[in-house]
Amino acid sequence: MTLLMAEDLRGGYGGADILNGTTLRVGEGEIVVIVGPNGAGKSTAMKALVGLVTLRGGRITFGGEDVTGLRADQLAARRLCYVPQEKNVFPSLTVQENLEMGAFLRHDDFSARMDQIFELFPVLKERRKQAAGTMSGGQRQMVAIGRALMLEPRLLLLDEPTAGLSPKFTEMIFAKIVEINATGVAVLMVEQNARDALAIAHRGYVLVLGQNRFEDSGPALAANPEVAHMFLGG
Amino acid sequence: MLELVGTSLVYLLDPFVLAFAGIYAIMALGLNVQWGYTGQFNIGVAGFFAAGAYTSAILTTAAADNHLGGFALPIIVGLAGAVVVSGLLALLIGLITIRLREDYLAIASIGLAEIIRLTLKNEDWLSNGTRGVFAIPHPFQGMDASSRNLAFFLLVAAVLIVLYLLLERARRAPWGRVLRALRERETAAQAAGKNVDRFRLEAFVLGSAVMGLGGGLYAHFAGFISPEVFEPMFGTFIIWVMLIVGGAGNGKGAILGAFLIWWLYTFTTGLITLAPVKYATQLGALRVMLIGAVLIAILLWRPDGLLPESRDVGGEKKRKE
Amino acid sequence: MLTDILQLLIYGVILGSVIALGAIGVSLIFGILRFAHFAHGDLMTAGAYFALFFMTATGASIWLAFPFAVLAAIAVALAFDRIVYRRLRRTRPVILLIASIGVAFILRNAVLAVWGPDITVYESGIKPPIRFAGLRIKEDQLAIIIGAVVLVVLLSLFLQRTRMGKAMRAMADDPDLARITGIDTDRVILWTWVIGAGLAAAGGVFLALDTRLQPTLGWDILLAIFAATILGGIGKPYGAIVGAMVVGISAELGAGLPGVFGADWSLTAYKPAITFALMIAMLLWRPQGLIGGRT
Repeated sequence: MTLLMAEDLRGGYGGADILNGTTLRVGEGEIVVIVGPNGAGKSTAMKALVGLVTLRGGRITFGGEDVTGLRADQLAARRLCYVPQEKNVFPSLTVQENLEMGAFLRHDDFSARMDQIFELFPVLKERRKQAAGTMSGGQRQMVAIGRALMLEPRLLLLDEPTAGLSPKFTEMIFAKIVEINATGVAVLMVEQNARDALAIAHRGYVLVLGQNRFEDSGPALAANPEVAHMFLGG
Repeated sequence: MLELVGTSLVYLLDPFVLAFAGIYAIMALGLNVQWGYTGQFNIGVAGFFAAGAYTSAILTTAAADNHLGGFALPIIVGLAGAVVVSGLLALLIGLITIRLREDYLAIASIGLAEIIRLTLKNEDWLSNGTRGVFAIPHPFQGMDASSRNLAFFLLVAAVLIVLYLLLERARRAPWGRVLRALRERETAAQAAGKNVDRFRLEAFVLGSAVMGLGGGLYAHFAGFISPEVFEPMFGTFIIWVMLIVGGAGNGKGAILGAFLIWWLYTFTTGLITLAPVKYATQLGALRVMLIGAVLIAILLWRPDGLLPESRDVGGEKKRKE
Repeated sequence: MLTDILQLLIYGVILGSVIALGAIGVSLIFGILRFAHFAHGDLMTAGAYFALFFMTATGASIWLAFPFAVLAAIAVALAFDRIVYRRLRRTRPVILLIASIGVAFILRNAVLAVWGPDITVYESGIKPPIRFAGLRIKEDQLAIIIGAVVLVVLLSLFLQRTRMGKAMRAMADDPDLARITGIDTDRVILWTWVIGAGLAAAGGVFLALDTRLQPTLGWDILLAIFAATILGGIGKPYGAIVGAMVVGISAELGAGLPGVFGADWSLTAYKPAITFALMIAMLLWRPQGLIGGRT
């Protein structure tokens, strides 16, 4: 069952196009990873999905509905939640308040959901009254992901979730992503850490210069010598 | 009634009115160098206006025991002094504020203008305080009133034209192009080196020096100045409205805006004098509200002004229409 | 001499309370709507005069007129947001600043047109001040301090305990993330004006109560308000309160100290200069403010 279908995306910031006909598909419950060299348009593709980048061509459907051109908040209402790479928490709000803001669109009692998130990230439960801006990078990332999970999304968009994190935290975040996915949430993730990301992915895309270059299952891509030669490891 | 209004309209072409409009046009040109060329938001225009006026007045008036003076120098020296003092003041202020983001610079510049005004108001030994400086010499003292006004207007017009040409030359020269690049892509230009600050400072000083000249001319035209003349409304904000309405970036917009707004102001003053005196305050207030509304209207519908800066700035004219 | 200094401190706190009520609003507007609201002082003036209007029209006391003034000021602010600022949401902050200057012209001169330029008071007559420990404070001034404290406590409860309050703090932190998260930014903006204009009206009434009513009432302390906002950090309402106290106290102390030490000259006329020097120093040294807001 296809959950998200983005076809032939074209666009960029202002002048030149960064995306030149990218196509992405995420099935229900899948972890899909987008990798590629710097400047390939990975983050741009993700931002194009949530309306943060000018889209000059292409179509996006989510759960069967045409959502081309909708903005991040409108998509959040449809349970497609986006976690940007930087500035992804409210620094002066506490951990708990950040999560509460994530639930802004909900009008029901979400305390059960918040408890679930604290179970997923026990560190956050300890520090629920701490201002998010005073936390370490890894902890902030947990807050950011937790915030997006408050709406019980069907699809979670993560833009380089392990950027700037230590290996220990990187491993932990990837483990948590698998845990989250196990509850039925599909994940589309842009990652620089290609090897580790592909290892947990069902499927992956390699983007080069704003176009699809390779598409395969995660393990197959990781084993592909051309892909490895391009930029994996080494 | 209609003929009275008609007289009001004809009056707009009286040299007295035109001379003032010309002086404000000079001020607007100076502001254009700061805002139009480099995007520096200076709300302290009144400070430089006043500094220029007072400098020229102090240098050219005869000895008086209620303010600094007695140099009785020729007017041309007074004007030169006005330019220099305003420029130096701008250098000092610019060095302090050059790094500030544009809306912070706005707030800071208001404060600076206020300090200048407060100093002029309170330091009687310098400026005779609120009583002002009288008997500032007029360059065409000997003539009768209407010839005097006409002669002064011609003087102002000459200065205006020369300034416009010089500033346009500068704008199209490499110096001007760098400034424009700074205005458009500050961060990229910043990567190119610290010279960013130097260029912006130069533009700031140049603009303020022009404002000083305008102030000096004002002093000699009016013959009398006091701190109240340079209060924010007429010392700063009206000039801003002129520049925004006319269009920042090129001198033509500044000049057009100055004349249009001054004419609007003078015309409404004329209308107000036709009305019963007891309504004078209200009508005066309505007039300022009108100016505010014009400003907002331009921002909403023609944000680049009536004569916006054209895209072709290398000197080549693109034939579009 | 100590008593003199303490007295100056009291005046500083009173002035600081009034400035705080203006600065909180400016800080929130700066943080959430992203521009320097140059019409804020005149919003305070409008509030003060709305109160006067209510008092003269109904014969009510200043305290009954107070809520009316607050509501009227909020309505005016929302109207201007609808007509002017809303259409300029996506432009540079400086354009919004200029637009707010136009709004300031309109507000100030509307007051001038209706009430004239003369100085007025709410109630005439001089009431003797309360004296204690060699210090003096007028009843009205005490009411101002208490009123300001009450309003700040209420604001605090709103910002810390309610969903909308937290959403406002979130949006002041990061408007883009707020939108992505799904926060209803239009409603946050509405509440920003409600709080900003409401507190401004209160500040205007208090200021008029402490000094007197004139059309330039609010415009005259706008610089102090901006200084307080910058000192406290943009988007930080609590910082604005601290900044306001610093501004108020330093202005009164700075102006009055020469006299306390026996000089026959004073810096009273230069109070704005002291405020301004503080602000410039902060902008150059630590633009994010004493507490650390946005730059």
